[in-house]
Amino acid sequence: MRTTRRSAALLAAVALLSVACGGADTGAETGADTGADTGTTETGADAEDPAAAEGEEPADDAADEEAAPADDAEGPLTVYSGRSEELVGEVLDGFTEQTGIELDVRYGDTAELAATIINEGEASPADVYFGQDAGALGALEAEGLFATLPDDLVSSVEPAFASDSGAWVGVTGRVRVLAYNTDTLTEDEVPDSVFDLTDPEWEGRVSWAPTNGSFQAFVTAMRVTEGEDATREWLEGMIANDVQVFENNASQVEAVGRGEVDVALVNHYYLFRFTAEDPDFPVANKFLPGDIGGLVNVAGVGVLASSDQPTAAEQFVEYLLSDEVQNFFGSETNEREFPAVQGVEATDLPTIEELGAPEIDLSDLEDLQGTLALLQETGALQ
Amino acid sequence: MSRDVTVLAEPAGEPHEPTPATPSGRRGSPRASRTHPAVWIPALLVAAGMLVPAAFLVLQASELSGARIVDLVTAPETLRLTGRTLLLAASVTTASLLLGVPIAWLTVRSDLPGRRFFAVATALPLVIPTYVGGYALVAALAPGGLVQSWFGFRPPSPYGFWGAFTALTLFTFPYVLLTVQASLRGLDPSLEEASRSLGRGPLQTFVRVTLPQLRPAAAAGGLLVTLYVLSDFGAVSMLRYSTFTRAVYLQYRAAFDRAPAALLGLMLVLLTIVFLVLEARVARDRGGQFGVRGAGRGASRIRLGAWRWPAVALCTGVVVAGLVLPVSVIVYWLVRGLRVGEPMAAVLGPAGRSLLAAALGALAGVVCAVPIAVWAARSRSRVARLVERASFTGYALPGIVVALALVYVGIRTVPSLYQTLAMLVFAYVVLFLPQAVGAIRSSLLQVNPNVEDAARTLGSSRLATLRRVTLPLARRGALAGGALVFLTALKELPATLLLAPTGYDTLATRVWSATTEAFFARAALPALTLVVLGSAPLAVAMIRERRERT
Repeated sequence: MRTTRRSAALLAAVALLSVACGGADTGAETGADTGADTGTTETGADAEDPAAAEGEEPADDAADEEAAPADDAEGPLTVYSGRSEELVGEVLDGFTEQTGIELDVRYGDTAELAATIINEGEASPADVYFGQDAGALGALEAEGLFATLPDDLVSSVEPAFASDSGAWVGVTGRVRVLAYNTDTLTEDEVPDSVFDLTDPEWEGRVSWAPTNGSFQAFVTAMRVTEGEDATREWLEGMIANDVQVFENNASQVEAVGRGEVDVALVNHYYLFRFTAEDPDFPVANKFLPGDIGGLVNVAGVGVLASSDQPTAAEQFVEYLLSDEVQNFFGSETNEREFPAVQGVEATDLPTIEELGAPEIDLSDLEDLQGTLALLQETGALQ
Repeated sequence: MSRDVTVLAEPAGEPHEPTPATPSGRRGSPRASRTHPAVWIPALLVAAGMLVPAAFLVLQASELSGARIVDLVTAPETLRLTGRTLLLAASVTTASLLLGVPIAWLTVRSDLPGRRFFAVATALPLVIPTYVGGYALVAALAPGGLVQSWFGFRPPSPYGFWGAFTALTLFTFPYVLLTVQASLRGLDPSLEEASRSLGRGPLQTFVRVTLPQLRPAAAAGGLLVTLYVLSDFGAVSMLRYSTFTRAVYLQYRAAFDRAPAALLGLMLVLLTIVFLVLEARVARDRGGQFGVRGAGRGASRIRLGAWRWPAVALCTGVVVAGLVLPVSVIVYWLVRGLRVGEPMAAVLGPAGRSLLAAALGALAGVVCAVPIAVWAARSRSRVARLVERASFTGYALPGIVVALALVYVGIRTVPSLYQTLAMLVFAYVVLFLPQAVGAIRSSLLQVNPNVEDAARTLGSSRLATLRRVTLPLARRGALAGGALVFLTALKELPATLLLAPTGYDTLATRVWSATTEAFFARAALPALTLVVLGSAPLAVAMIRERRERT
């Protein structure tokens, strides 16, 4: 008995050894070898967990279909989503219900998934990239990895919410706001511009998250509209004013809620998660019409040029821009965002006009390296 | 798995096994040092696999011009990061040794009240992922946080060096604790008895006799702590202390020009080499200084007397800060979420997937580690040392670097394995192999190579000796190492997100996706499950030990 079990374990181990150890460093391995190894591993996955096996199909399919003509391949559409399942899972399920096209969604960090697609290159299994930062979308566009979207899709969204070249379109707008503690401040007491926050009155009472992508996009926008020097001066003024540093938007809103700081530079929608868990949560958003601190960034979507299912992928983009989905993001979901499509209004949020968003082409926000350098130079990023 | 992990509590040979041992290791009688190709060929192959990420970094950094490289390396920012990283690594390692060695001694060799409970409970902070632990520390200790609102006093701020130092020490010192506990259980009591009978007091005996014998184990545990600190992102980012790894993440996330990030990664590899050399010095083989173990019997327990209660206070403090505090914060999130009717997604599926991936990772890790560890423990060859040290590169690199390197290399060389479980398991091996190598190697070093020589003298072939003598002797180490890899793979995040089959969500990815979007209540259940699953190996060990003693 013992011996049998031991030899079974040894067998499994040898199979794994050849997969795990021999796999990645010997490209010259024979096809037969690789096939057999995959078989062993997948059987293991199959037996214990069907979902695992399902998940493995697209990679294999993609490999099989490589020789097929440009027309759409069969099989699920692969979406790399930098937006979390918590936010968009329901919406993505709706696509399959409506079209019958299965989706394989890889959730992850917006920037890390963009970097993954860049590393994968032509062979990327992804058909669609759905990210929540114009910078990441711009980076994929700059690498030439996006196919151009049809004009009617691009022109249906607010011009400020799409790439000029039509490589990607915004799905929703995400607005920079000042979140403030309602126990210590009224809306009127909160400044109308981020430039007022360098005032001694705010010393030690304000927070930001310099490692956060949305914050960096906002600083890039400030460099574009106000110039390098004004931006440097503002950053230095904020630091001199003892601005409190946090890792991300969520931890900032939480800190405002417990009174650790009074005002935080964040995106507008984080607040809603907290009020959903605790209706008495003492924080509110102040919008900043006309101020660069009220930058509207996007969550947007693009189709990969290497996709073997361009038609289905475009159908997916079309679905995200449909009234149904736009209304969901603008009115139904708890985490309300600004619908990108012209003519669709959000509930309980200012209209795009009321936002008076600063005029800026989001494609100009790709110089993140310059922003990073400035943030490091001023000591905002340590 | 349950059988496999019990050795965490007792990995080093039970007293009734009359195996002669040389605790500091006596490598290489001439006969044993001629290594069979069945050992060194797989060892070389595995080592080559482990170098994939580093090779990729060289490739990527080579895009930079010489002048740019000099600029980046000598930038004040880079120097500052190096200083900060070294400071954190050195202080966390020192603190881990100061905490781990005494607690190991207390739980193995003293009459500490609740000794068996503390032996396991003080090791449990290891199961808390640092991204969860960091969040919990902030939620509890930040101004206006849970401690202030519940108890009405304002605790010291958790941010900056001290916060990162505290969190990393609490969540990684068990590496020292576990290796030293193992070593203590394998020690020969006769040396201490001789010291006592020659008139040395208990304290002097501990410092002059016991401590030197623990040196290799403490160094090995300390190295795991040091390199973990080098690669940690979760704690340093939540607690706002920038290190090399945080800078690398920042580069990858904020800027898509990846060559500078690759250069930073290579500098991290260089730092790793420095620490590897240091550890080799500290743990150096002392050539049979301690002789061969005689009687197979346990050492007597030392009575703590009046020191009992301070000792209990120390252990309790560690358990409260490292385990009770983070778990209470998670439970608080859970209760708060349940009260307002937050949807609680089922965790059964993700838990199964976590278990499967981590168990396969542990199995593959052990299988890959055995040849390296056997070679390193039984041969004096320089190549063997080099191969063993090469296995550390992946462990010290930030997870995102390893993951993206495997994305690039994997999709080009083995496209049919890309984004399959096999690829993820390979990533786990690259990331965590040293934990298994270390455990197996030290278990072999505690066994005198004379045993193998005897087998050879009795006519057994080299291969048969390997199979029938050496490998069975490595079993305990393999089980302990496998358990460590299992535990760390369970918590792993960046490689799981990028390399798992599409849609393969695990407990760790669930926790991550909920916390980044501030759905703390939804993160609570998977986080709690993660902690429970991670504790299972250690808990089973405790129960088994009890049973054996009654």
